[in-house]
Amino acid sequence: MARSPGREIVPPVQKLRMRYAKRGRMRFASHRDCARSFERALRRVGVPMAFSAGFHPHPKISYANAVPTGTSSEAEYLEIGVLQECDPQALQAALNATLPDGMEIMDVVVTRTSDLATRLEAGEWRLELPGIEPDVARAAAQAFLAVDEVEVQRMTKGGLRRFDARGPVVELAECSGEGDPEGCAILRLVVRHGTPSVRPDDVLAALAAVADLAPPIPPRITRLAQGPLDENARTVQDPLLPDRDEPTVGA
Amino acid sequence: MTATIPDPCAPVFDRLEQLLPRVQKPVQYVGGEVNAQVSEWGSADVRWALMYPDAYEVGLPNQGLQILYEVLNEQDGTLAERTYAVWPDLAALMRENGVPQFTLESHRPVAAFDVLGVSFSTELGYTNMLEALDLAGIPLHSVDRTEAHPVVVAGGHAAFNPEPISDFVDIAVAGDGETVVLAISEAVRAWKNGGRPGGRDGLLLSLAALDHVYVPRFYDVEYLPDGRIRRVVPSRPDVPWRVAKSTLTDLDAWPYPRTPLVPIAETVHERASVEIFRGCTRGCRFCQAGMITRPVRERSITGIGEMVQAAVAATGFEEVGLLSLSSADHSEIGEVAKGLADRYEGSNTSLSLPSTRVDAFNVDLANELSRNGRRSGLTFAPEGGSERIRAVINKMVTEEDLVRTVTTAYAAGWRQVKLYFMCGLPTETDEDVLQIARLAREVIRVGREVSGSRDIRCTVSIGGFVPKPHTPFQWAAQLGHEETDARLALLRDEIRADRQFGKAIGVRYHDGKPGIVEGLLSRGDRRVGRVIEQAWRDGARFDGWSEHFSFDRWMTAAERGLEGTGVDVAWFTTRERQHDEVLPWDHIDSGLDKEWLWQDWQDALDEVEVDDCRWTPCFDCGVCDQMGTAIEVGPTGRVLIPLEPISPAPLLATQA
Ligand code: SF4
Repeated sequence: MARSPGREIVPPVQKLRMRYAKRGRMRFASHRDCARSFERALRRVGVPMAFSAGFHPHPKISYANAVPTGTSSEAEYLEIGVLQECDPQALQAALNATLPDGMEIMDVVVTRTSDLATRLEAGEWRLELPGIEPDVARAAAQAFLAVDEVEVQRMTKGGLRRFDARGPVVELAECSGEGDPEGCAILRLVVRHGTPSVRPDDVLAALAAVADLAPPIPPRITRLAQGPLDENARTVQDPLLPDRDEPTVGA
Repeated sequence: MTATIPDPCAPVFDRLEQLLPRVQKPVQYVGGEVNAQVSEWGSADVRWALMYPDAYEVGLPNQGLQILYEVLNEQDGTLAERTYAVWPDLAALMRENGVPQFTLESHRPVAAFDVLGVSFSTELGYTNMLEALDLAGIPLHSVDRTEAHPVVVAGGHAAFNPEPISDFVDIAVAGDGETVVLAISEAVRAWKNGGRPGGRDGLLLSLAALDHVYVPRFYDVEYLPDGRIRRVVPSRPDVPWRVAKSTLTDLDAWPYPRTPLVPIAETVHERASVEIFRGCTRGCRFCQAGMITRPVRERSITGIGEMVQAAVAATGFEEVGLLSLSSADHSEIGEVAKGLADRYEGSNTSLSLPSTRVDAFNVDLANELSRNGRRSGLTFAPEGGSERIRAVINKMVTEEDLVRTVTTAYAAGWRQVKLYFMCGLPTETDEDVLQIARLAREVIRVGREVSGSRDIRCTVSIGGFVPKPHTPFQWAAQLGHEETDARLALLRDEIRADRQFGKAIGVRYHDGKPGIVEGLLSRGDRRVGRVIEQAWRDGARFDGWSEHFSFDRWMTAAERGLEGTGVDVAWFTTRERQHDEVLPWDHIDSGLDKEWLWQDWQDALDEVEVDDCRWTPCFDCGVCDQMGTAIEVGPTGRVLIPLEPISPAPLLATQA
C-alpha cells in the first residue's frame, strides 16, 4: 500500500456560517475543547463535511476570534464547508439536539459573502462583578474613560506584552438595574478589535490601576456580540447581515 | 477543619464554581459530557460513586469504569455517578473553602453515596484514594466508619492483592465486576430496606456472603518470627477461607459501554473503545493482566460490528480502538478489520489495535485499519532483547520474526516503528539488555534497505520490570533501582556511540525508582498500609506522574511505617521468595494453581517455553477447572452485518 492515503480532495459545494453560544459550565471549556465537541457533533449528526488534503485530513471548519477560557459567549462564529447542500434550519436543529449542554447554535446562514473575519470589528461584553457595588463600578468606569491611555500587561503566546487598554474602548458603562442581584455591579463594554485585542480582563486590570477596583469574587464575563461597529450608537451590528441580505438562490 | 454543610447530600457546584477560575483546566471538573447519565437523586435507593483514582484525563477513558457506570445506571432504583482525583491546586482550595470531594453528574459530596467503588489499574493510585477519602470527609480506616459512610470497594487488577490497602477499603472484588456490582447493590438495598440490621458490620457480613467479595476486616494475618506470613485466617466462622475471582462469560450478552462518554476536556485516549475479547493465554510470564483474566473469551464478529456501529453513532469519535490484551489474536480479526474498513470507507473513521504482537500479519492489519483515517506509528513489543531472555519470559518471538515484520512495515510505507522492551527481568544480564541495541540497529539497517530511504526511525521504549502477584514471577527478586539505571545507561551509551545508525534510534526510559515503589505496593502485605498512609500524609499524590512522584518521600515513609516490623522495602522488592512461603495474596483465588505457577517459574529459569492453550491442548493452569469456565473463541464463521455506507442524514441535505 502506498504511503499517501491517496484520497481525492473534493471541494465543498456550500459553506455555512454559524453563530453559537458557549455558556454555563461550558464557559470553562477552552477553544480547542469547544472545537472538538463541535466536530464530534457534526459527525454524530452525519453532516457531509468536506476535508482538507494531506496526510492528516481535517474537516473544513474555520473558527473566528474565540473567546478566552472561563468566559461565556453568545456570539462565537465559525464556518463549515460541506459536500452536499444542507438546509440551515435543519442543520441547526440537528446540531442543537446533540451538542453538550451549554453549547448552542444560535444562527446558521449560507455563506454568500467573503471576509466575515474583517466584519468582526468590535465586541460587546457584559462583566458581572459580584461583591462590587454599582456606584463603585460606575466611578471606576468614569475614571477609566477620563484618561487617554492605561497601560496594562498580559502573558501572550509571544511572551509578556505591554499595551494600551484604553484606546480601543468605545463604551464602558455600569448598567445594572431592577431585578439584578444586590451588590453586583454590571459593566457593559464595547471594544474595537486590534492586535493585541483588548479583552475584558485587560479592562479589569486597567480599572484596578486607575481606580483600585478589586473584585473579591471572580467576575463573570460574557461576550454578547461581535460585528461591525456603529461608532455613533456605540453598538455592535449583526455580522451575518450581508449573507442574509443576498437574494435566495435556487432551492 | 471543614465547614458544616446544612444538607450533606446537597450539590456543591455553586461553591465549587467560585474556585474553578483559579485552577488549571477547570473544564475537567464540570461534567456535562455527552452520554453522561444524570438521574434524579430521589429515583434511586442505592447510589454508587465510581472513582478512577487518577486525573480526569486518564480516568475518563477507562473502560472498566464506563462499563460499570452503564450496568449500574440501567438498573431501576440504582444510580451511579463518577468522580476522579482532583489536582493539588483544586484540592487546596477545596480544603480552604470546605468543598468536599464531589461527583461530576450532580456534583454531590461523595460521602452522600451508599457505595464508593474505586477501580485500580495500578497500585500507584492508592494515595489518590486516600486523598479522595480525606477530601470527602470519610474516615480513612474501615474500622472508623459508621453506618452513615459509604462502603468503600476496591476493584481492578490491583485488587488481586488488596492487602496493602486492606485498612482503607471495606471490601475488595477480584475479577470481572459486571455481575458483582449488581449483587452488591442488592445486598445494600436489602440491608437499607430491612432497617440496617446489625449496623455496618451487618452490612459487611452480608457482603462477605456474596461470591467474589473479600472483606479484609474479617481476616487475621499471623506472622512468623522472620517476618514472613504464617497464615491468613478468617476471624469468623461465616466467611470463606479463600475468595475467588469473578469471570464474565458470553461477552455478546454484555455489550458495554453502549454509549461511551465523550469528554469535553482533552483526555489521553480520544477514541471509542470496543473490547473484542477478554483474557489472554499467550502465557507471558511477567504479565499479570494475562494471568488473572483467563480463559480467553471472545466477542463474536457480529457483536463487535454492532458495538462499533453503536459507539461511532453515539460519540462521533474519529477513532475506534479494538481493545483486548493482544487484539490481533482474535480468531476473526482479519474479517473484522476488513469488514469495518469497508463499512467506514471514506468517512475518516480509523480503527486501532492498541496491543499487537510481532508478526507480519499485523502489518497487513494495520494497513487495513488505517485505510479510512490517520496513520500513526506501528508499535511492537518483543519485551526482551535477547532470544534467551525471551524464552525466560515466554514471549515466543524470534529475531527473524521481528525483522521480517519490521521489513514488511517499512516496505509498506511506514517510517516509524516503536519497539517496547523491559529491563530487570529475572536472570537478565547486561548482555541481554545490550541486545536491544543490536536489534534496533538491525531494524534500521533493513529498514533503510527495503525502503530505499534514510528517513526512517525506530524508537526503543523501555519499562522497568515489576514482579506481580498471581504470575510465575511472583517469587522473583526485583532488580534494584541502581542496577536498573546502570543497565539502561549502558544501553543508551551503546546506541549513542553508534555512528551509522544511532541517530535514527530514539531511546525512551524512566529511572528505576518508581518501579521500586510499585513493587512494594504490588507484593506488599498489610504492613505496607502504614507506609501508604504515611506517604500520603507526607504529601504523596499522583504517584504515576513523574513531576509529582518523590522516591525519597516514599523511602522515608517506609522507614517510619515499617518500623518495628523487622521487614523493609528490600525485603518486599529485591528478595526472592521460596516455594513454601505463604504469599500475602494466596487467599485471593485467581484460579491459577499455585503448583502450576511454581512449575512455570522453574520452566522460566530453565528457559523452557509453553504454548497457548487456544491452539494446543489445555496445560492445566487450573483456571477453567477451578472457576468452572471454558475458552470461548471463534471462528464463528459469521460475517459483519452489512450496513449502508455512512451517508448524510437526509433531513440535512437539500437535494435538487
Ligand atoms: S485451564 Fe487450560 S484451557 Fe483454561 S486457561 Fe488454563 S491452560 Fe487454558
